[in-house]
Amino acid sequence: MAENGTNGPNGTNGGYVGTRTIRPDGLDKVTGRARFGADYNLPGQLIGRVLRSPHPHARIVRIDTSKAEALPGVKAVITRDDFADQSSEFIPAGEMLMNYKDVVRNVMAREKALYEGHAVAAVAATSAAIARRALKLIDVTYEVLPHVIDVVEAMRPDAPLLHDDLFTAGVEPKPEKPSNIAKRIEIVLGDIEAGFKKADVIVEREFKTAAVHQGYIEPHAALASVSEDGSTELWCCTQGHFIVRAHCARLLGLDIAKIRVTASEIGGGFGGKTVVYLEPLAIALSRKAKRPVKMVMSREEVFKSSGPTSGATVKVKMGATKDGKFVAGFAELKYQAGAFQGSPVQPGVMCAYAPYDMENVKVIGYDVVSNRPKVAAYRAPGAPISEYAVESVVDEIAKKLGLDPIDLRMMNAAREGTKAAYGPKFGPIGLEETLNSIKKTEHWNTPLRKWQGRGVASGFWFNIGGETCASLTVNEDGTVSLMVGTPDIGGLRAALTNMAADELGIPYEKVRPIIGDTGSLGFTFLTGGSRSAFSGSMAIVEAAKQIKAELCARACKLWEAKPDQVEFSNGAVRPLGELAEKIKPMTIADFAKVAGKTGGPIGGYGRINAQGAGPSLGTHLVDLEVDPETGRVTILRYTVAQDAGKALHPAYVEGQFQGGAVQGIGWALNEEYIYGADGKLQNAGFLDYRMPVASDVPMIDAIVVEVANPKHPYGVRGVGETPIVPPLGAIANAMEAATGIRFTELPMSPPKVLKALKERGLTGKN
Amino acid sequence: MAKHHIEATVNGDDVEFLCETEETLLDVLRDTLHLTGSKEGCASGDCGACSVMLDGRLVCSCLVLGCEVSGRRVETIEGMAKGESLHPLQQKFLEHAALQCGICTPGFIVAGKALLERNPNPTETEIRYWLAGNLCRCTGYDKIVSAVKDAAVAMRKG
Repeated sequence: MAENGTNGPNGTNGGYVGTRTIRPDGLDKVTGRARFGADYNLPGQLIGRVLRSPHPHARIVRIDTSKAEALPGVKAVITRDDFADQSSEFIPAGEMLMNYKDVVRNVMAREKALYEGHAVAAVAATSAAIARRALKLIDVTYEVLPHVIDVVEAMRPDAPLLHDDLFTAGVEPKPEKPSNIAKRIEIVLGDIEAGFKKADVIVEREFKTAAVHQGYIEPHAALASVSEDGSTELWCCTQGHFIVRAHCARLLGLDIAKIRVTASEIGGGFGGKTVVYLEPLAIALSRKAKRPVKMVMSREEVFKSSGPTSGATVKVKMGATKDGKFVAGFAELKYQAGAFQGSPVQPGVMCAYAPYDMENVKVIGYDVVSNRPKVAAYRAPGAPISEYAVESVVDEIAKKLGLDPIDLRMMNAAREGTKAAYGPKFGPIGLEETLNSIKKTEHWNTPLRKWQGRGVASGFWFNIGGETCASLTVNEDGTVSLMVGTPDIGGLRAALTNMAADELGIPYEKVRPIIGDTGSLGFTFLTGGSRSAFSGSMAIVEAAKQIKAELCARACKLWEAKPDQVEFSNGAVRPLGELAEKIKPMTIADFAKVAGKTGGPIGGYGRINAQGAGPSLGTHLVDLEVDPETGRVTILRYTVAQDAGKALHPAYVEGQFQGGAVQGIGWALNEEYIYGADGKLQNAGFLDYRMPVASDVPMIDAIVVEVANPKHPYGVRGVGETPIVPPLGAIANAMEAATGIRFTELPMSPPKVLKALKERGLTGKN
Repeated sequence: MAKHHIEATVNGDDVEFLCETEETLLDVLRDTLHLTGSKEGCASGDCGACSVMLDGRLVCSCLVLGCEVSGRRVETIEGMAKGESLHPLQQKFLEHAALQCGICTPGFIVAGKALLERNPNPTETEIRYWLAGNLCRCTGYDKIVSAVKDAAVAMRKG
């Protein structure tokens, strides 16, 4: 790893990209000054609270709010009646699809409550205590219905039905009966039957993973202020305030221009803050009360009512020749969607075999609803699940064939020109480079003891681009204001400031970045899909290009020069040829001083639909130790190697690798939604939903591999999501190495591990 | 019931406030005294985002009642920088990129300060166990541990 704590170069010659500058927003975040979602307040604000269903599945017969409305201090009560119904229409929402017919039902239950914690009503009152009392006065008549939690049970023909009008899409003929299976999808490449015939070894396994939550430390929060004419201001913690604006406009029947959304600092999201929960409720309450309304979720509400990602059941069957060539791969994925369709099974299907160059692949996926909270995106949505299953089977093939697991992956690795089963031919990608990097580590070559095991796994994620705006404004003193519309969730401002300073050839400290509100920039898609640094930097290059062209044009006028007699470099317009002998270069600051006399304010505005997001592949290596007495697993050592294309800010790239790895460790070893027979979540808190703490993990070595993405001016690839893909498989493979047991169910928590050891007579003291 | 009238010291300043019996110190800090640097991540003492010092002892302010701080000394993240100069932990968190989203950062820095006051030269393991009461979901803790270690070095040098 490169050394920490070094600041970028000073001076005006650029060279910040690739250095560890101090993030411009850092000072506010280490002093407590930064304002997150719950830190905003307005004069006269009311406190909003949500009444949530205690039942996993119930028809809502009647809601009587009269007593709550009569309570002094209560200023507004809303229910399903305050939201117009929406027609069924699927709309692309980043990496997933959404349907407003479902969204309106998820933010406020209509016909039925579909999971414990489903919003049923909301109140706004002059204090939190009065709001809480008001909730108790709302009388809801429920007709409790049988519920279903498990994905396989939900697929049975006799399972309790969540939606009478849900018919399985993607099957012929169109089913006559409704079902909890929303969709069947399939991708096919080549002929797997023919492929399996060539196989010398075939491994077939079934895996199960639990629903896990994104686990951001900041609960959802929203503060809305609606005036008499419907003009709406909203402050909230979100990964995409333009998306929030679009959703709220649609759900509340408002013109988009009437809503101005400001993204607060965001306390983690990981995909979970790409949808709306409180935002439309706060606006509806404020509209009714004519006062600002602030709403903040409790941690219990975050667990019960905001999106986890799917738990799933996955079957994998792979065949290889005796020298290790993968000849066929089949997988069947059943993903929980929660109460409404739209699990990440599509990307799960597409990613399953994406790391490998294979001729014969078939993957089937099912999107299944059950009485759980609707899933939301979670870092590489869907991919960790399917790739965990495949990486586990790859490891078994290596063992059966007596091959080194890195060599086996190398032999089959997707590379430039490989046709992926999901469609495209890859450009330059870095899987081989990450495998090579891992093999060269000291970590890979260190001996282990009894009860210790080493595992390796690779991972793939697409990454996306999309609609993005960025502006660069040259101020009167030559400093530059940088504005983007994607919330900064982990160092984005630092990465983009490095880039802007280099593009304009000015010191890093002279560029000040902000996240603009929805009124300040054109539509900008959310921070997600590992797109914000990729797309934002492309928009900044575009904005900088405009500034440079404008300054060159002004120089031509001032110097009476022709366009080919000037150029912009190192922060100044420079005269060329013989002109250089007569005229001094003009810096950006020089132009700023005379802006008024030379054509007015100077700025650039990048408005792009970023294309060409290169996939990022990674390989993880983990050592762990199993305690045979308790079943507890300790992670001893961990190394991540991943292709970043070009790291704009290496420290924050490493941070993505390290953070993703540790989320994966939690997913693999401890985290799970635990339901009782009553369909209620039993561990809706950080004590019982066990995320990794500092003492659970070692240092995470991060190797930044850079295989340039040719579609980006600096070679950047998104890096945020891939790091959570390999850990599940790597840890399962290390568990097998430590115990000889192939664990096929996540999490591999102590009770499960102990049970497996006992069944094989392996317990005892180490 | 009437509110309680409480006098205490917060970051060296004398403060007076009124609070309901059920209001926590965190509620008082955030909603009454407008010190929003301490964060509420769980309200159950599991995440440490609300960490403050109470009479020199590290506590989760969500587990302390506002009335309990009567006559006592509270120190929050807002009191850590002295004038222009940051506390070494704040500086090292910046230099090491030990924060991503930053919501847990105030809690980690307050908890880190409590550690270094009692143990100026902690091992990695000691740092990890001391900070096990603070959840971070972004960083994987690697750069946080490095920052605390480096801050300890800087503080020992004075």
